[in-house]
Amino acid sequence: MININTNEIAETIKMIRDEHLDIRTITMGISLLDCADSDIDAACRKIYDKITRYAKNLVKTGEEISSRYGIPIINKRISVTPIAVIASASKTDDCLPFARILDKAASETGVNFIGGYSALVHKGYSRGDENLIRSIPEALCSTERVCSSVGVATTKAGINMDAVRQMGEIIKETARLSADNNSMGCAKFVVFANPVEDNPFMAGAFHGIGEGDCVINVGVSGPGVVKSALERIQGQDFGVLAETIKKTAFKITRMGQLVAQEASKALGVPFGIVDLSLAPTPEVGDSVAYILEEMGLEKCGTHGTTAALALLNDAVKKGGVMASSYVGGLSGAFIPVSEDAGMIAAAECGALHLDKLEAMTCVCSVGLDMIAVPGDTPASTISAIIADEMAIGVINQKTTAVRIIPAAGKKVGDSVEFGGLLGAAPIMPVHSYSSEAFIARGGRIPAPIHSLRN
Amino acid sequence: MRAVVTVMGIDKPGIIAGTSTLLADNNVNILDITQTIVQNIFTMVMLVDIENSKLELSALAEELNALGKRLAVEIRIQHEDIFNSMHRI
Repeated sequence: MININTNEIAETIKMIRDEHLDIRTITMGISLLDCADSDIDAACRKIYDKITRYAKNLVKTGEEISSRYGIPIINKRISVTPIAVIASASKTDDCLPFARILDKAASETGVNFIGGYSALVHKGYSRGDENLIRSIPEALCSTERVCSSVGVATTKAGINMDAVRQMGEIIKETARLSADNNSMGCAKFVVFANPVEDNPFMAGAFHGIGEGDCVINVGVSGPGVVKSALERIQGQDFGVLAETIKKTAFKITRMGQLVAQEASKALGVPFGIVDLSLAPTPEVGDSVAYILEEMGLEKCGTHGTTAALALLNDAVKKGGVMASSYVGGLSGAFIPVSEDAGMIAAAECGALHLDKLEAMTCVCSVGLDMIAVPGDTPASTISAIIADEMAIGVINQKTTAVRIIPAAGKKVGDSVEFGGLLGAAPIMPVHSYSSEAFIARGGRIPAPIHSLRN
Repeated sequence: MRAVVTVMGIDKPGIIAGTSTLLADNNVNILDITQTIVQNIFTMVMLVDIENSKLELSALAEELNALGKRLAVEIRIQHEDIFNSMHRI
């Protein structure tokens, strides 16, 4: 007989059937370095040909693996080399053709998002960076599947405050251009400190310069499974709590490892990493906030939330790291507000504020994610929110990110609906005192002392 | 290639007969079979060899799913590696 007993089989099936265990994404990273060309039309042609050739069977393979193992694989996606690098080679100041060709390639291969309309400007701008960043609002609002990100800070370089200032303007402009669609364009744009090169999750995925020609990265999920496991140990001490999360994370990650290996084999592409992130969805029972509440907090956002999230994030990593030969990406717990039923409820009832979310980002894997703020929030305030978040990442030597939606025409008390996995977000209040003069300074915030480790 | 067939639901006559007939018709060999009650739900687990199956795993899964609907139970078939990888180091 199979060396697995009936209870274990039943446990696996229960996780999939009742607790929303799934593989969140198989993301194929494709290098476009060999597609650079001084003629932008030639570059676009090469990009389209390479992506459609490499990712031709990505969606089909994902579906086959899903059917063989009986585990849902929600998204099949593509990440590419930051386009600003490729754009630097072309004799043009207009980057939009790159966005359109990425969108077309994504549509042809059947993936729902393609990430990498990106630039890394933590220390300064090259010509390609300038052109790409300027085009981001229109690129996001005139394409369907293209995701964009900009790295504006690293622990090694400090914070590029010129870029931070521009990001506030870019986000406002994107919100304005997609005003008739709930400022949806902003949901496809992330600002990073210490971005990682192998993140499979959107909207921040791009294929780093240090990566190979093509690679398969897999993101697992399963907040519902962790929540259910915690329901069985009510009232027990933190040692038991951490141990239970670790064991659960191990099991979840093993799924990711299996799927990553199978996808890598079937597609003939090297396996990169498994990302251990607990990524929530708006579905009931698939929430990170509810895990925190299961630990004993009346509402996510109340005092104790940061400690609870710290424990969760750490235990997820410890459990997952042994389950996979290569762990990477962001690996931890995500706290996107609009994509998490518990976060939405906590924000709506006033338990969860932006300031508490900022504190939570010190101990979780990413940052301020899918947060809707009033449409009349000044660009400088958005830049200041970004600056705070970048400082947390730079000083703590971790990735932090901001994905914020100043929803055009909306005010506190309203809510915006993005639909699908992106969910719906209540408009959260921001501080009304100005940060204008601070943001107007420009220049760079120097790298912290602990960056000097050499 | 081995797979695990699981049947979950309310016990009644004909579940094993129906499932094993469908498997036999498709030249799937049953290697082992156990049944138990897990959390008040009748659970039958079959280890099957699908090496010589007339149908691909995905097509077999569809047939079993349809049979499950007729019998008012849930029937799944999954490659055994999902259980091995999750529960064994």
